Amino acid sequence: MKDYFLLAFNNLKHRGLRSWLTILGIFIGIAAVVALISLGQGLKEAITGQFSTLSADRLVITSAETGFGPPGSTAVKKLTERDLDVIKEVQGIEKIISRLLRVVKAEYNNELNFIFTASIPNNKEGAEAVYEAFNLKVEKGKKLEAGVKGKVILGSDIASSNTFDKKIEVGKQIKIQDKDFEVIGILKKSGSFQVNQVILMNEEDMKDILNIKDEIDIIAVQVSDKDRIEDMAEEIKRKLRQDRNQKEGEEDFSVQTPVQALSAINTILNIINLIVTGIAAISLLIGGIGIANTMFTSVLERRKEIGIMKAVGAKNKDVLKIFVIESGLLGLVGGIGGALIGLSLAYLTSFSANSALNTDLFKVSPSVPLLVASILFAIIIGIIAGLIPSYQASKLKPVDALRQ
Amino acid sequence: MSEQIIKLKDVCKIYQMGETEVKALYNVSIDIEKGDFVAIMGPSGSGKSTGLNLVGSLDLPTLGNIYLDSQDISHLTESELAQIRGQKIGFIFQQFNLIPNLTAKENVMLPLLFQGIDKEERESRAEELLNLVELQDRMEHYPNQLSGGQQQRVAIARALANNPEVILADEPTGNLDTKTGEKVLEFLNKLNEKGTTIIMVTHDQDLAKEHAKTIYSLKDGSLEGVYKRTGKSWKKL
Ligand SMILES: Nc1ncnc2c1ncn2[C@@H]1O[C@H](COP(=O)(O)OP(=O)(O)OP(=O)(O)O)[C@@H](O)[C@H]1O
Ligand SMILES: [Mg+2]
Repeated sequence: MKDYFLLAFNNLKHRGLRSWLTILGIFIGIAAVVALISLGQGLKEAITGQFSTLSADRLVITSAETGFGPPGSTAVKKLTERDLDVIKEVQGIEKIISRLLRVVKAEYNNELNFIFTASIPNNKEGAEAVYEAFNLKVEKGKKLEAGVKGKVILGSDIASSNTFDKKIEVGKQIKIQDKDFEVIGILKKSGSFQVNQVILMNEEDMKDILNIKDEIDIIAVQVSDKDRIEDMAEEIKRKLRQDRNQKEGEEDFSVQTPVQALSAINTILNIINLIVTGIAAISLLIGGIGIANTMFTSVLERRKEIGIMKAVGAKNKDVLKIFVIESGLLGLVGGIGGALIGLSLAYLTSFSANSALNTDLFKVSPSVPLLVASILFAIIIGIIAGLIPSYQASKLKPVDALRQ
Repeated sequence: MSEQIIKLKDVCKIYQMGETEVKALYNVSIDIEKGDFVAIMGPSGSGKSTGLNLVGSLDLPTLGNIYLDSQDISHLTESELAQIRGQKIGFIFQQFNLIPNLTAKENVMLPLLFQGIDKEERESRAEELLNLVELQDRMEHYPNQLSGGQQQRVAIARALANNPEVILADEPTGNLDTKTGEKVLEFLNKLNEKGTTIIMVTHDQDLAKEHAKTIYSLKDGSLEGVYKRTGKSWKKL
């Protein structure tokens, strides 16, 4: 069998540029698949990283306008302590946390910036829940515990020279809304830019500097039974509507379940996947036709050679083997080339996307199984494309093949 | 009476060309003895190549039977025919028919490959055969780097690869000048002296008379005459 490979390989070696061009389709198809899947996983990680706050047992209640954008701009009815009490009546709540999320004016080293600030709840349980929910890890310094006032911790982008020209070290003072705060910790870089670009401070401090009386930006509810989460969302909606005297569809608040958010992400990812798959499939089809075409040509050009091989004792299946191996090798070459190009393309894209957006969210996840699978797939396409021409070659009658 | 190696019995090869039938061979019966050196002669289109191809199991007769080593090969499958071609027959063609992408040595190794012989043995056998045809210093050359005469000697080496009982040569000197042609014939003679049966199609009457032991003359697809050599003289049977 090895000898048949050598023979087929030898034939390929002597082929002209023209027949190599026909594997361009395989090349492009595999490159597209490899690039997009490698990037796709990075993309998925980047997106799900953004939504890492969403876990299957958590509901998020906001006033309708806020969503994920900065609240406080529009004159919408804010959530209040009263809403918190209404929600607490719903059965099956394990934890409930209320939080503030605002943009503040921050000054450091005579430089001014507007930065998101989020509150750390005043009770120990709530504070811990926040650290856990956002997977917050302190890299330098220490955590901001519940009830600690006059201190803040910073997201990694705030502390690095990305936000202020001068890096902020633990122990420095930063002026927020004209009041001095001591930086006692810096968070570890996270997959979510919301976490990287935040200042965390005590709830009371935040109310104080922003002059907030009875307002809540986000209420997060952790449920004890995650299978009931949809029912509970409905129940909370019903209770809030009742309290506010609103009809269904007229709510000025929203209850977001993880399923809703995740399914939206999944829809986007699926559409991307579909487009990618489509492009790849078309390229691979063209690639297959390309290989079939060059194999047909090759059979025509090498009629005589086939005749000679038969004259010296080659059986039909020997000829078939040689030609099928040859077209499989064509696929292999296309596959390896495509995989390498695809991988380089993925790295190039992630590099330029990351430097353009100044993040490192877009990671390439090179997977050996993906590479192996796509190369195998290319080989299979090559073989399938070569089957008919090879069969044709093997069936040539020796006398006919020898007649030039 | 020595042993018979090839027997054609009422062999016809008829090509249907639309309405008309072309009788390339018609009712040909021939017996060829082991160790004979046969020349097939006749005008162009008389069916010489057709006959040779049938004997070489490259083609099947329309009618009649062909026996090789008393085995009827006229109804075998392509795979069985390939087996016979590989093991019992060596071909030499007018156009040499070497595979251009393979070196001289690789060309000679090719028939051995299809018999499943391992590489080491193939190589040593090919080297031995190229030695025999005095091409030991051209082993790694590609056909287009060889002269016509050298190519034909490679083809002879290839034909000998599997130690065939019969060598079939269709105008082996047709593309060569007299001198190189003479050399090719020398090799065929040597083989014949060692016992290999040789059947050669040729136009060249002098060549046939000088080297062959039996001459078959074809005309319009039929056997016109058989001539046997006794010493230096020829006798029509
Ligand atoms: N595949 C074919 N289809 C139709 N006719 C054919 C075919 N092969 C051969 N013939 C015809 O059969 C006849 C004998 O052909 P063949 O090739 O045996 O002649 P030849 O004696 O070898 O001639 P030459 O000396 O020119 O080589 C010719 O008339 C030829 O046209
Ligand atoms: Mg002829």
